[in-house]
Amino acid sequence: MFQVFTDFASWLIYGQLGLSPETKLGDALHFFVEDVSKIFVLLVVMIYLIALLRASLNIEKVRNYLAGKNKGLGYVMGAGFGAITPFCSCSSIPVFLGFTSAGIPVGITMSFLLTSPLINEVAILLLVSLLGWQFTLMYVLVGIAVGILGGAFLDLIHAEKWLQSFAAKALKAANATNDTASESGQSNALAFKLRHQFAKQETSEIFGRVWKWVIVGVGLGAGLHGFVPDGWIESHLGDGQWWSVPAAVLLGIPLYSNATGVIPVMESLIVKGLPVGTTLAFCMSTVAASFPEFILLKQVMQWRLLAILFIMLLLAFTLIGWIFNFLAPII
Amino acid sequence: MFTVQVLGSGCTKCTKTAEKITAYTQAKNISATVVKETSAEVIMQYGVMRTPAVIIDEKLVHSGGIPTTEQLDEWFQ
Repeated sequence: MFQVFTDFASWLIYGQLGLSPETKLGDALHFFVEDVSKIFVLLVVMIYLIALLRASLNIEKVRNYLAGKNKGLGYVMGAGFGAITPFCSCSSIPVFLGFTSAGIPVGITMSFLLTSPLINEVAILLLVSLLGWQFTLMYVLVGIAVGILGGAFLDLIHAEKWLQSFAAKALKAANATNDTASESGQSNALAFKLRHQFAKQETSEIFGRVWKWVIVGVGLGAGLHGFVPDGWIESHLGDGQWWSVPAAVLLGIPLYSNATGVIPVMESLIVKGLPVGTTLAFCMSTVAASFPEFILLKQVMQWRLLAILFIMLLLAFTLIGWIFNFLAPII
Repeated sequence: MFTVQVLGSGCTKCTKTAEKITAYTQAKNISATVVKETSAEVIMQYGVMRTPAVIIDEKLVHSGGIPTTEQLDEWFQ
């Protein structure tokens, strides 16, 4: 099914431009054209279809579902909703506060906020088309696990102690009155015309936001693909070096990207022999732990909680990396 | 005289929303003051979770995304 994109790239690069597949430039350009055309087409089609399905789900509804849930179920649902509800990272503060002032525990809110950047339809689509469904399934399960366990841990240590005072007050007030989820949800049955309108709008908005990332990500991936010698990564950053996982996680933090930009890079890294766990750790750290995001969170959290969150993510991604490097040869 | 607040933590859409409302009111000769509100605490008080949101005379009229011109027509009748 994806052959058409390979053929298109061959036609353009080898045929029209007359480059040879043997040259580094020809190889890298072919990779670039194939991946960019494939990703662009898939993005438009899939974002539209998925948006059609979830047209009636919005963040207010998610909050109402989560309010008043018991904790165990809350983490699972928080992470699950994080995976399927789209929201721009610039909304993470209002979402955090909206959840908090509805009396939802900090841990459940963080389950939602941790999972959301890691898993979304664009990420899943790219993973399936570039790295196959086994890898995708593994990625999704790990992403949801990070959300659930991270959220549970934050409640265990009573993270709410370290919220900024106005947020802590709002949480207390909500729990005292206990009148959560007072807003009535709209009807679920949306007419097809409205769904189509929503999906069209979503497609142009999401595509408008992520296309640059695709170009950058695939460009980097193509560079790696064409110019890094085969075997170089394997011999320098292969299984033997235990430190390569924490190093990848640390390297991923200042490199802020979203999933769309980093997945094409992962493809090249894995093909070039970087162990799966190391690649996964690098990707998750790039996507989920970023300085701009943490600076935003400072508005609602004290430094102490931010530091805990940061260290928790570092440890979690390092562990994931090691576990997958250990398991990969066995499966 | 309308008092318009655009709530949002400084994303490009929030800036665009404020600009659009300012341009609209000026073009139609509607007297209005447009201010951007970035404080997380204020955003929370209005119960807004999707920014940009628009508050006109202390009432929340819109949340999530840049408003359309039709919406503006309705608000500033």
